[in-house]
Amino acid sequence: MLKFTDDHEWLNIENGIATVGITGHATEQLGDLVFVELPEVGAEFGEGDTAATLESVKAASDVYAPLAGEITEINDAIVDDPAIVNSDPTGEGWFFKIKLADASAAEGLMDEDAYKAMVG
Amino acid sequence: MSETEVLKTPLHGLHLELGARMTPFAGYDMPLQYGLGILKEHLHTRDQAGLFDVSHMGQVALRPRSGDIADAALALERLVPVDILGLAEGRQRYALFTNRAGGIEDDLMVANRADHLFVVVNAACKEVDFAHMQTHLSDACEVEWLDGRALLALQGPKAEAALAALAPGCAAMRFMDVSTLNVNGVDCVVSRSGYSGEDGYEISVPEGAAAGLARALLEHEAVEPIGLGARDSLRLEAGLCLYGADLDPATSPVEASLTWAIQKARRTGGAREGGFPGAERILRELAEGPARKRVGILPEGRAPVRGGAELFADEDGGAPIGSVTSGAFGPSLGGPMAMGYVAATHAATGTPLFAEVRGKRLAVQVADMPFITPGYKRN
Repeated sequence: MLKFTDDHEWLNIENGIATVGITGHATEQLGDLVFVELPEVGAEFGEGDTAATLESVKAASDVYAPLAGEITEINDAIVDDPAIVNSDPTGEGWFFKIKLADASAAEGLMDEDAYKAMVG
Repeated sequence: MSETEVLKTPLHGLHLELGARMTPFAGYDMPLQYGLGILKEHLHTRDQAGLFDVSHMGQVALRPRSGDIADAALALERLVPVDILGLAEGRQRYALFTNRAGGIEDDLMVANRADHLFVVVNAACKEVDFAHMQTHLSDACEVEWLDGRALLALQGPKAEAALAALAPGCAAMRFMDVSTLNVNGVDCVVSRSGYSGEDGYEISVPEGAAAGLARALLEHEAVEPIGLGARDSLRLEAGLCLYGADLDPATSPVEASLTWAIQKARRTGGAREGGFPGAERILRELAEGPARKRVGILPEGRAPVRGGAELFADEDGGAPIGSVTSGAFGPSLGGPMAMGYVAATHAATGTPLFAEVRGKRLAVQVADMPFITPGYKRN
């Protein structure tokens, strides 16, 4: 199940675990990424908490936990080479996997059509 | 200028045609970046050549009423701690408008054009600078806006080849030379200088010919259009100050580590000692050293440290000993870089410090600037 947030994050949810990244639209707005700071595996977040920090050539920005849960895996490859997020935001450029505290909460997020309509 | 009116340079239409992402800057709608993006635009400028629209900057002529350029030079020396009288014909020099408290009101370039001084000031300060010059120089000079002119910067190791294709005479110029060259069929005032740390030129061109000249330069295979984003990372790698960020009305040229811009003639014991606003403080700081100083700062990790970050001597506790005024990722450096002000006691190269970023203290070091090797053509 693919879902999107107002903050331009995508979630690919399988068996109650969401793989989270930022959309191509977000990477275009941010520009070239030069630094990524990811949470630690085991960290717990409430919905909307800052879970990761990005720095582009222009500015810093936060990545929020789209839903409450616990981090189960992080993508160290984007810490070593943040440019992966620019080149493949919805594939190799994923950020972290989060085990959702309440998988049904994802129903409230946008589907792909709704997200595309939002970003025009 | 009204608060709401958005100003456009003569190249505005070309920026849109080239697909620039525009941003408001000093009242103008300016290109932040083009299709390459900031990182590649930066690297392209260091490797090849970049074309920048800097037409938003203020271009002013100071024409001596007596007809003697020395009178204009002596008049301008009332406002800057710089040796203008000693500036030879056809040469350009960096200068600073100081205030009575010894702080910096703007930084500028001054060229001796034989019958007048050609002054280029920052966009955000240009109205105030113009009024300042009118108030203090009108007895000796006509202070004249050159507002019918655009200003292009062509920077990078291939800048000479690209400009020489249109104006072969540019190749004979050295760093900080200024001359009139016919470029693409139009007389332009060309200086061999810029704001990137690379060899290059700034070209003052009549506004009606500006877009045609820009297109002619962009036809050269080495030249790409470069936006304000890369302009900022290029100047920071080169250790060059941005007025309003690294320089301000409370900061003296000595604190700003710009003592090289204050020639001997204006210092204590010099031929024209003092005689500029704030001379008492500036000459005292030259003699005794400033309490704080602008330095380069290199973070040890990969996280950029941005302007506004406070600097500490220790990893925990203590009061800040300084702060960062500009910070970014340096594409050519391959890592984060910054400049800022620290207490003189912590200003030595290699001094370990900590920068507070998002509540964490990150290890940084005081470092020499520039962060890259400049490509200025000095010989």
